[in-house]
Amino acid sequence: MLLSDLAPSGCATIQAIHASQDLRRRLGGLGVRLGIRVRVIRASPMNGPLQVRVGHTDLILRRSDAAHIEIQTVA
Amino acid sequence: MKRVALLGMPNTGKSTLFNRLTGAGARVGNWPGMTVDLLSARILLGDSMVEMVDLPGIYNLHGFSDDEWVVRRFLETQPLNLLVVVLSATQLDRQLALPLQLRALNVPMLVLLNMADEARNLGIRVDTDRLEDVFGCPVRMLSAKLGHGLPEVRQALGVQLRKYPKLTQADDLVLVDDQRIEQELDELIDQTLSAPIQLPATVTDRLDRFLLHPLWGLPLFFLIMFLLFQAVYGLGTPLQDGMEWLLEHVKTALLEPAVANWPAPLQSLVLEGLFDGVGTVLTFLPIIAVFFLAMAVVEDSGYLARAAFLTDALMSRMGLDGRAFVMQLMGLGCNVPAIMGTRIMRSPGLRGLTMLIIPFSLCSARLQVILFIVAAVFSSSHGPLVVFSLYLLSFLMAFLMAFLLRRKFTHHEPLLLEMPPFRLPTGRFLGHESWRAMKQFLQGAGGFIVLGVLLVWFLTHYPFTAQPAGPDTLAGHLARFLEPVFSPLGIDALLSIALLFGFVAKEIVIGALAVIYGVTGDELSGALAARIDWVQAYSFLIFTLIYTPCVSTVAAIKQESKSWGMALTSIVLPLVLAWLASFVFYQAARALGA
Repeated sequence: MLLSDLAPSGCATIQAIHASQDLRRRLGGLGVRLGIRVRVIRASPMNGPLQVRVGHTDLILRRSDAAHIEIQTVA
Repeated sequence: MKRVALLGMPNTGKSTLFNRLTGAGARVGNWPGMTVDLLSARILLGDSMVEMVDLPGIYNLHGFSDDEWVVRRFLETQPLNLLVVVLSATQLDRQLALPLQLRALNVPMLVLLNMADEARNLGIRVDTDRLEDVFGCPVRMLSAKLGHGLPEVRQALGVQLRKYPKLTQADDLVLVDDQRIEQELDELIDQTLSAPIQLPATVTDRLDRFLLHPLWGLPLFFLIMFLLFQAVYGLGTPLQDGMEWLLEHVKTALLEPAVANWPAPLQSLVLEGLFDGVGTVLTFLPIIAVFFLAMAVVEDSGYLARAAFLTDALMSRMGLDGRAFVMQLMGLGCNVPAIMGTRIMRSPGLRGLTMLIIPFSLCSARLQVILFIVAAVFSSSHGPLVVFSLYLLSFLMAFLMAFLLRRKFTHHEPLLLEMPPFRLPTGRFLGHESWRAMKQFLQGAGGFIVLGVLLVWFLTHYPFTAQPAGPDTLAGHLARFLEPVFSPLGIDALLSIALLFGFVAKEIVIGALAVIYGVTGDELSGALAARIDWVQAYSFLIFTLIYTPCVSTVAAIKQESKSWGMALTSIVLPLVLAWLASFVFYQAARALGA
């Protein structure tokens, strides 16, 4: 499953990040790493970006970028 | 002179700390081999003078963003006595990766964990002793905003500077394996950090539920923008008027008597050229000050990131982001501060594109011209429609321009923003940003503006025997020469001279028309109505709205982009677009029999 498909208030762990090294590093700097638990707080309407909580940080992430991140949902 | 650099991720309160340590004496300066200006200040620490440099916020030492490049370049070329690493104590779960990377540079470090107050409220506890062992340098907790822990930080700075009196050049950056860093980071977090797995629901969460609501979020955004706009220009415009009033008095009471005996051309040069040029620069200062004050509040409060979240769905289609939209809206008051405000965007491509579309915002100076001509030529029932249609056109042109230039300014930077918690801005430092912006505008744009005003003065006054702005001046010749270009738009030679004046400042167009027609006030309205019909008037308004922005806007673009190409583009492209738009309208209207 991809992070872009995760419904608001859904929780998941990151399995793989299929992005350029640049984007991967940027994500890493913001705390998005393999094995980390993420939660989608809300989605902006009209297919807008997602608000994702990673650790103690909230991020704004476009759906197109979130589609590079593979996740596994946790109950 | 000893040198200390401040380094950290964005939103760590690094700038607040810098302001705390250095006061208002900081200056923006060039560094050899760097493409951007860095903020630095000289301060007395203990017994030695120290130059403290505030580096741009970065997420990753090895990243490819512009800021990351700047920081790397700085570390490669500038030897340091001490590298101060500022981290947010509330986000150590990811930020500890940065000092782990920096350790490989072998430069003396001091690690500061800022926002200690917030971390305590969240129930986060940090084992600083253990961190000191791992990083091999002192680690201190503080709250730069509240000023807690500052004496200890100053003391630690003094101790480290005494310990490392010699400048050290950082080792070549070896690309540390990302995976190894991640592993180390995980271990470090386990050993030093204790935090509740799920942070307690905060005030921010509750506010966000309201402000980012799927239905009310966007209307609330527009309401907040409207209030912000009212605050900036409601406060800034009277100040600007006051400055104009003051300048006028200086001119009539001091300058005019002083040059009364000079030859007429020289008098005109001083009064209408130089003084008006300097005056143009000065009248922008109050509005820049108020603007940056307000933007600092919006940015520090954390709302700006939310504005990006709310408007991104719309803006991303045009290659822009929500922050560009905020600046576009602010440009409706005055383009100059809005262009300077684009510095909140870190990606140069995105900034460049935003700077080029802001001048299409129908600013209050252009509005003055439009209102005057609308009142003179259109009936009172049609007038509001005309004004509204021009606002619509203003946004349409901006979006069209963004759409056309989108590929030219591709930026690979994904919209990957932190959404910081809502914070009350620190009142004490709000003024610093305004002060710096004013200083930069004077230094970076002032000369350019005065030159532009002088150029227009010369064109409209030479030869000095001719009637100023009359047909025998250079401007008159130019207008006649360009007549074939402007007549398909229904704009005659006299009107095109007025447009030339508009380059100095848009609101001057009306005054220029008065000089050109040799009438004032109500008579000018009558003269206009008698000379041009509504089709010509509307064509002129379209042209006035779109064509080359005023010299101050161009100067601001030049100052912010540091590129002559950008300045030239901002002059030429709108001119072409204005001509096309007026041409299409005028010819179509005439063809339809209007």
